[in-house]
Amino acid sequence: MKRPLIEVTNLRFSYGDGRAALKGVDFRLDEGECVALLGPNGSGKTTFVAHLNGLLQGEGAIEVCGMPVARRNLAAIRRKIGIVFQDSESQLFMPTVLEDVAFGPLQRGLSREQAVDRAMAALKTVGMEDAAGRAPYHLSAGEQKRVAIAGVLATEPEILALDEPTTFLDPPGQRALAELLLALPQAKIVVTHNIPFALALCSRAVFFEGGLVSAEGSVADVVRRFAWQFDLKAAQSRG
Amino acid sequence: MHHIVLDRWSRGGTAFHQLDPRAKIVPLLVLLIALATAQRGLAAFSCAALALIVAALLTARIPIAAAFARAAIVLPFTLVFALTCWLSGDLARGEAMAVKSYVSALAVLTVVATTPLPSLLRGLELLRIPSFLLTVTQFVYRYLFVISEEGQHMSKAAAARGAAERHWFSPSAFRAAAGALGVLFARSYGRAAGIHDAMLARGFHGHIHTLSRLRFRARDAAFASAVSLAVVALRLALERIA
Amino acid sequence: MHIPDGFLATPVWAALDIAAAPAVGYMARRAQRGFDDAKAPLLGVMGAFVFAAQMINFPVGVGASDHLVGGALLAYTLGPAAASVTMTAILAIQALVFQDGGILALGANTVNMAILGVLAGYLPFYLWGQGRGRKAAIFAGGALSALVCAVMAVSELLLSGVRVSMSILSVSAAVFLVSAILEGAITLAVIEALENIQPGFVKKPGEGRSFALGAAALAALVLSTVGVLFASTAPDGLAWLSEKAGVSSRAKSLVATPLADYQAQFLPAGWHAKALAGLAGLAAVYAACIAIGRLVARKRSA
Repeated sequence: MKRPLIEVTNLRFSYGDGRAALKGVDFRLDEGECVALLGPNGSGKTTFVAHLNGLLQGEGAIEVCGMPVARRNLAAIRRKIGIVFQDSESQLFMPTVLEDVAFGPLQRGLSREQAVDRAMAALKTVGMEDAAGRAPYHLSAGEQKRVAIAGVLATEPEILALDEPTTFLDPPGQRALAELLLALPQAKIVVTHNIPFALALCSRAVFFEGGLVSAEGSVADVVRRFAWQFDLKAAQSRG
Repeated sequence: MHHIVLDRWSRGGTAFHQLDPRAKIVPLLVLLIALATAQRGLAAFSCAALALIVAALLTARIPIAAAFARAAIVLPFTLVFALTCWLSGDLARGEAMAVKSYVSALAVLTVVATTPLPSLLRGLELLRIPSFLLTVTQFVYRYLFVISEEGQHMSKAAAARGAAERHWFSPSAFRAAAGALGVLFARSYGRAAGIHDAMLARGFHGHIHTLSRLRFRARDAAFASAVSLAVVALRLALERIA
Repeated sequence: MHIPDGFLATPVWAALDIAAAPAVGYMARRAQRGFDDAKAPLLGVMGAFVFAAQMINFPVGVGASDHLVGGALLAYTLGPAAASVTMTAILAIQALVFQDGGILALGANTVNMAILGVLAGYLPFYLWGQGRGRKAAIFAGGALSALVCAVMAVSELLLSGVRVSMSILSVSAAVFLVSAILEGAITLAVIEALENIQPGFVKKPGEGRSFALGAAALAALVLSTVGVLFASTAPDGLAWLSEKAGVSSRAKSLVATPLADYQAQFLPAGWHAKALAGLAGLAAVYAACIAIGRLVARKRSA
C-alpha cells in the first residue's frame, strides 16, 4: 500500500486551562484525496489542523510526508503543507497583494525575481493577477480568500488545509471557490460547515465530536448519519 | 475617513510619485529644519516654502485645496497656543508658531501623499532607522483600519443594546466602556496570534524579507540636491533682504 | 499632547531627537529579544488597538468624555520595552499620516510619551505590582504616565521660550491633573476587565524585571522634575540666551547647542534647594496618586 501523506495516531491535546480539545484522534490522508472535516463548533477541527504543521504540539504521533512533526522537521513540513486560515484579514498581513503572496517564497530564500514570478503564477492560478498592486484591506471577502490561497500556493505545498474557506463568501463566490479548488492537484483537507460545498469537493468526510473522530465515510453518508444538514422542513414539522 | 484619501493619493503614478522615497525625505528634512530655525524673514520664507509645496502638489496632481484643508488639522491646537502666547503678551511668537506648524504639516503631507507608506518606511530603513521599529509601524498602519472598524462596530453594538451615549459619569457606563475596551484588546491580541500563525505556516523564521528594492537613480539625486539647495539658498537670500 | 513642528526651539528639539534615537534603539533591541521579528505583528496590532481605543469614550462627567492614552496599559501587558516601541510606532503614524505632532518634534514626543511616559507608568507597577497595593499601583502608573507626558511637554515649551502667564499655567496644570487621574482610572478599569476575560494578559512585574529599566524609570521621574525646575527658573529660556549672545553669534543658537552649555549659566545660586523642593513636590504628587489609587481600589472591591 502507498504511504499516506498524513498519518495521525492517537493525537491528544489540552489547552493551558486544562480543557481537553483532542482526546485521541486517528486520521490519514492519501495522495490526491480531498477530505472534509465536519462536526459541531468546538469539536476540535481547527485545533486538529493547527497540529498538522506544528503550530500546536500535543501528544501522539503525526507524520507528514513520512516526517514526524517535530521541531527539527518543522521547516520542511511547513513547506509540504499549506494552511489557509479562516480569517483572511489576519493572513494577508503585508501592505500589498503581491508582497503578501511573495512572503512565503522570500522566506524560503528565493531571490526577489523568483519570488515575484512564483507569486504572479500563484495569483494567476486563483485569477487575481490584476490585484497584485492593491492593498489587501480594499479587497472583497472572496478576493481576500483567493489571495490567501495564492499566498499558500506560492510556497508550492503538496497538501492544502483550508479552515472554513466559505465563511463570508456569497453563493457565487462559494461556487467559484469550489471550482478553483477542484482544479488544484494537491491533496486537500477542508474544515467546513457547508454541506453542498463538501459534497461538491470531497470524496470522504470525517466527523469530529468532542475531540474525537466519531465516524468517517462518504460525505453524503456522514451527513445523513448525523443529520448534519439544516433541514427547513424538518425544523418546521418539529416546531 | 481622511487617511484613506491620503492612501489613495499616494498611489498615483506621476513622476513625483515615482521618485525614490529618500529623494523626497531628504529635502523634506532640509525644509523642515530651515523653517524651524527661521527667525528673520520668516514670512517671506514661508511664502517661498508654500510656493515649492504648491509646485510639488501640482506636479503630483494632488488637489491643492483638499491638501491645504487636510493640513489644517494642526490649526485648532496651534491657534490655542498662539492665543495663549498673545494673552501672555507675545503675539509675534504665537504667529510664528502658527505659521511654522502649518507649513511644516503641509510639507509632510505633500511627501506622505505622494509616497505609499510602506515605501516611505522602507526609505527610512535605509536612513538607518531600526528595521524592527519600522516593521512594527507598518503593522500599526496595516491594522489601523481593521481594528478601528472593529471598535466602531463594538460601540455601535453597545448602542444597539441600549447603552445610550451618556456623558455624565456613571460607574456602570464607565465599567461598560472598560469592558468594551477589554474585549477589543483581547480580540486584537488574538488577531496578532493569528497573524503570527499565518506567518509561521508560510515559513517565517525570524526575519521578514521584503520584495521591493529601492533604486536611487541619478534623477533622484538631482531632485534631492536641487530642492535642498534651493531651500537653503532661499532661506539665506530672504534673511539677507529682511 | 503632541508637539507640532515650529513650537520648540532648535536646541530643544535637536537635543531630544539625539536623545530619542539611542533610547528607542535600545528599547527595540530589548523588545526583540533574540533578534527576531516574531513580535512585530503583536506590537503592531496592539498599536492599532491603541488608535481604535480612542473611539471608545468614557463618560467622565460634566458633559465631557475622555479616552485612553495607553502607555501604562501597554507596559503592563506587553512589558515596558515593547510598550515603548509600540508607542513610538504610534507616534510615527500620527506624525506622518495624521499630522498630529511634528517630524522634527518626533524626538521630543517620543521621549515624552514613548520613553519617559511609559517608564514612569511602569514604575509603580514594577515596585508594587504584586500583592495588596496592586490596584493602587496600576492606577498610579496610569496617572503618572499621563502626568509625566504633560509635564515634559510643558517644560519643553517653556524651555523653548513660549511665554505663558501664570494663570493659564495653573489652569492647564489642573486640567493635566484631572486627565491624569482619569487615565489612571481608565487603565485600572480596563486591566480589571481584561483579567475577567483572561487572567494571563497582564504580565507579572517580575517578568523581564531588570534593574536597568527600573533605574531608567526612576531617571524618567527625576528628569521630568528637573525639566520643570529648569523651565521655571528660566522662563524665557533660549530666547534669553540668544538675546544675550547677541546677533553676531546668532548662528550658534541655530545649530544644536548642547543643552549642557547653557545649563550652567542658568542655574541660580540656590539651585540645590530648588531641585530638592521640586523633587519633594513630585514625590508629593506621586504619593497623592497612590493614595487616590488606594481609595479607588477600595471602593471598587467594596
